[in-house]
Amino acid sequence: MIRVLVPLPVVLPLLAAGLSVLFARHQRVQRLLSLLTLAAVVATAPRLLRMADAEGATVVQLGGWAAPAGISLVADRLSTLLLVVSSSVLLAVLLYALGQGVADGRRSTLAVFHPCYLVLAAGISMAFLTGDLFNLFVAFEVMLVASYVLLTLDGGKAQVRAGMTYVVVSLLASVLFVTVIGLVYAATGTVNMADAAGRMADLPEGLRVALGLTMLVVFGIKAAIFPLFSWLPDSYPTAPSPVTAVFAGLLTKVGVYAIIRTQTLLFPGDARIGSVLLVLAILTMVVGILGALVQDDLKRLLSFTIVSHIGYMLLGLGLYSVAGLAGAILYTVHHIVVQTTLFLVAGLMERREGTSSIERAGGLQHVAPLLAVLYLLPALSLAGIPPLSGFLAKLGLLQAGLADGGTLAAVAVAAAVLTSLLTLLAMGRVWSGVFWGPVAAVVPDRDVEDAVDVGVARTPRLMTGATVLAVAGGLAITVVAGPLYGLSVRAAEDLVDRHPYVEAVLGAEAAR
Amino acid sequence: MSGNLTLALLIGVLYTVGTYLLLQRTLTRIVIGLGLLGHGANLLLLQAGGPAGAVPFIAKGGSGGTAGVVGGTADPLPQAMVLTAIVITFGVSAFLLALAYRSWVLHGEDEVQDDVEDRRLVRRRAQDDHHELVRVVRPEDDL
Repeated sequence: MIRVLVPLPVVLPLLAAGLSVLFARHQRVQRLLSLLTLAAVVATAPRLLRMADAEGATVVQLGGWAAPAGISLVADRLSTLLLVVSSSVLLAVLLYALGQGVADGRRSTLAVFHPCYLVLAAGISMAFLTGDLFNLFVAFEVMLVASYVLLTLDGGKAQVRAGMTYVVVSLLASVLFVTVIGLVYAATGTVNMADAAGRMADLPEGLRVALGLTMLVVFGIKAAIFPLFSWLPDSYPTAPSPVTAVFAGLLTKVGVYAIIRTQTLLFPGDARIGSVLLVLAILTMVVGILGALVQDDLKRLLSFTIVSHIGYMLLGLGLYSVAGLAGAILYTVHHIVVQTTLFLVAGLMERREGTSSIERAGGLQHVAPLLAVLYLLPALSLAGIPPLSGFLAKLGLLQAGLADGGTLAAVAVAAAVLTSLLTLLAMGRVWSGVFWGPVAAVVPDRDVEDAVDVGVARTPRLMTGATVLAVAGGLAITVVAGPLYGLSVRAAEDLVDRHPYVEAVLGAEAAR
Repeated sequence: MSGNLTLALLIGVLYTVGTYLLLQRTLTRIVIGLGLLGHGANLLLLQAGGPAGAVPFIAKGGSGGTAGVVGGTADPLPQAMVLTAIVITFGVSAFLLALAYRSWVLHGEDEVQDDVEDRRLVRRRAQDDHHELVRVVRPEDDL
């Protein structure tokens, strides 16, 4: 009976999005609808997680067609864990956006915001839950189409310029995705991931590696890994703060989730793909953080840290051990919350200072001490200062890397430590630029097109409240790190031993 | 599986031309390029389903040559997937066209703009040049 809950995180937001369009002129109804829907999803997700943890993966075959032919939704430990985190983040950011929207009162864009935000939520949930490749593609498209609209919401010069890069790059990745689905279908005769997992082994080795690498490129573009990340720092900073925060926290992580899911399920433990992943992880970490260090714009700096820290998750996957994957999962959870929080804080800062330039801002700690604390906690967590969640997740990854014993793994561990130090440096640059020093005169920035009323307007309580909530969420990860790591280890064991997943989807006898 | 050479060649041509157009600077060409790439991908998906067979749904006692033989029918799954992919490509192309139009309204052209970083570099170089009392005219430097 509880299986009814599995499709809810996808169906509810989609339904609400449809309703929301009908209420385009009734702001209150829209707001209430979005809030209730996301609250319902937040309430559902932990139950799914408990169920997946206690009884293994729950599978729902949509339309009643059996697995290889029909569409299956799979709620296993990894997907439900990410569902819990993503839905909570979506709700917190919605509160922040409502606070900002109420203060700024831009009615026309707000009417579009709610349906799109709900569609985005549905797409993200669907990407986590779906059990076949083609629906993963559809989920990505649902999510991306909503994100195109959210990114270009204001339709200003900067948004259109950034939107073009983003849309074209994403579309190219989508075409590649369809291509690789076609190739997988031609080779195995199925797009169901559990079914394909069994048939992949029969393929010639060269074909399998080629498929694995093509899929890595497809999801690598979405996850912004090393050579494929350059679209991200150009497109994210121009969007309104809540939108950027959601993108930063969730969109890239959906790509990471897809990489983890497909590489573990379809191409398990291929040593060559593993070493490619490790090299990419090293380059992603180091190049990303070096990019962050030279930025002057706060949002661009934070965008480069997203790229850099995606590398940690790749590192865990590249090791392909239970400890490595558990570290990657824990790191993903931590990074979703912390990176979102940092962008929310950046939005608040931009509001107070009227600029997102680190050089021109200054002395914010005298004006807004609460903001300083709100920045400091996630920033230190991102850099990996003990006892915050970033430290614990990094520790897990470093231990897994050292346990691996290979030279490449050792280099990756060294790169990870270096990246942590450089992250601290980057976060320190922001601190000394924005918070220390004399109070800067507010000069509204002409680069920031939506900064019409920044600097002068008081920050609405709801915005600060939502940010406090997000920071508290980051701290909560630290507090429950023990059980969470246990859960990550169990999820990682599921990933390494593919049988429970395959059995849950196809049934015991089909999985042999 | 056996493939259809004509289709394979057509797919290759569509991908080639699509990729070439995608590398252009004007959005209109990019839209057309993406359309061609999308068609190529859809054909590839269709091709993945194997050779064409009889229609999947045949009435009982119908006069179709392969009636009742399951193996003789075309694989319906790739066709369903192609349909979905076409709808998605169509929707996104419409959005991209709207974006190109918006860009034309704002900038008077639909070229993909240089990114912020490039333009900052250009501006910095222009400043340096200015210090050396060299007059540089850069009309595109409107950051």
